[in-house]
Amino acid sequence: MADFDAIVVGSGCAGSVAAYEIAKAGKSVLVVERGNFAGAKNMTGGRIYGHCLRAVFPDNFDEIPFERKVSHERISLMSPNSNFTIDFASEDLLKDGQESYTVLRAPFDQWLAEQAENAGAEYICGIAVEKLIKDENGKVIGIFAGEDEITADVVVLCDGANSLLVEQAVGAKRPPASQMAVGVKEVFELPEEEIDKRFQCAPGEGTAWLFAGDATHGSFGGGIIYTNKDSISVGIVAGVEATAKGNVPVYQMLEDFKNRPEIAPVLKGAKLVEHSGHLVPEGGITTMPELTADGVMVAGDNATMCVNLGYTVRGMDYAVASGQMAGQAAVKALDAGDTSKAGLKCYVDALEDSFVMKDMRQFKNVPNFMEHFDRMFCGYPEMIRDMMNTMFVVDGSPVQPMKKSMMPIVKGAGFMNLFKDVKGAMKAL
Amino acid sequence: MSDIKFTVNVDEYLSLNKYEVDESNAHIELVEDPSDEEFDKLILVCPAALYKRDEDGKKSFDYAGCLECGTCRFACGDTIIKKWENPQPTMGVEYRFG
Repeated sequence: MADFDAIVVGSGCAGSVAAYEIAKAGKSVLVVERGNFAGAKNMTGGRIYGHCLRAVFPDNFDEIPFERKVSHERISLMSPNSNFTIDFASEDLLKDGQESYTVLRAPFDQWLAEQAENAGAEYICGIAVEKLIKDENGKVIGIFAGEDEITADVVVLCDGANSLLVEQAVGAKRPPASQMAVGVKEVFELPEEEIDKRFQCAPGEGTAWLFAGDATHGSFGGGIIYTNKDSISVGIVAGVEATAKGNVPVYQMLEDFKNRPEIAPVLKGAKLVEHSGHLVPEGGITTMPELTADGVMVAGDNATMCVNLGYTVRGMDYAVASGQMAGQAAVKALDAGDTSKAGLKCYVDALEDSFVMKDMRQFKNVPNFMEHFDRMFCGYPEMIRDMMNTMFVVDGSPVQPMKKSMMPIVKGAGFMNLFKDVKGAMKAL
Repeated sequence: MSDIKFTVNVDEYLSLNKYEVDESNAHIELVEDPSDEEFDKLILVCPAALYKRDEDGKKSFDYAGCLECGTCRFACGDTIIKKWENPQPTMGVEYRFG
């Protein structure tokens, strides 16, 4: 007889929700979280889409400690000496079920963990699981945590992007550096009303802002700004391999980004309170491990359920949804008395049938496309700058016809390149 | 190393973070005498700037300010990172915002 029906490793978006589902069904479940509290080791840019949480917490969705509801989507193309921004606001961004929220993981993850605990999940915090216990047939039957050996009929691994356990569980080697991005983020405190003013937002609403180009000094990646309730998250997400091949450290990219004339005024007088780092598993389906093995499932970032489309980055909604499906599959398998790989197939089936795997398949070419989309990071921001300068710089010299002034700029970037990239983007996205 | 350019002092920023540093156990260890080429990758990708070289090119690494992201493990896990473990129970960084 195992100590628990189920063990969940990690209490982030996937883990807490998986544990919540299992506990809600009346099964005994232990969550082992390496932080001293859920969220203590976690970080996001970041924003989460509401639909996934509405599906898990239909009755108490309004209690979730979100920071701000995103009412403004901004995208910038930043050249070394210019910045072109699109600011999109829409009623449709705010409607229930299609809205998104900025979050800070320390408060957010604690709320999620509280829901699992209230449903009956037991928690051990402050201990990292180092190893899985397997029986003589290789079935996962528990975990080693500190001095303890704890067994369960099924183990759900939700241990994040830097998982040390996925390889043991399903035999998948960690993704290559080319498929991972490093995020470095700083949180700056600023009074709530001041943020409303600086970002032209109604109280409670905020901005998600992504930058391509000079934010990373032209290498693969981008800058991020998210407005929280009374703080601003500013960061860089940069390809690990691309950054390692360059000559500007990721923390210097962030420093230079903060000092940009377009960004510095936004942060003026704000107080830096935290400097954090986290991996982003951008590989999506190209790096996804087997999702089950005998006695074990993997969900969330450790299964690289994440996409970076340039205009939006998604991972947390996939983590919540996969955690929910893993939890429900655990219950089904426990009830059927079969937690072998065959018994856990219902997890994979549920994922395949959902937006999670459908999106992963839809975006299967995105990681490769983005990685080789050099001109988006160096080339197009400059082209846009030159076109905008043509329109907005007035120096008293006779104006040229638009066609005559614009054509050489587009030619400079190359018609064929432009055509190829648009076609490539259409195909990948 | 010669062409890696930075001016920012990340240590100052890290001093604002909350840590419980495990003085007696390094959770990340490098091989002895790591190659310049691999070490420079870590200078570039570590968000906490824990990997450093001084003016003479002498390398240093201090795990105390580690953000536990694992980027060094992904960049150099098969080359000069000899050991990458999570810190001992209750140790390491503790985000208050995240």
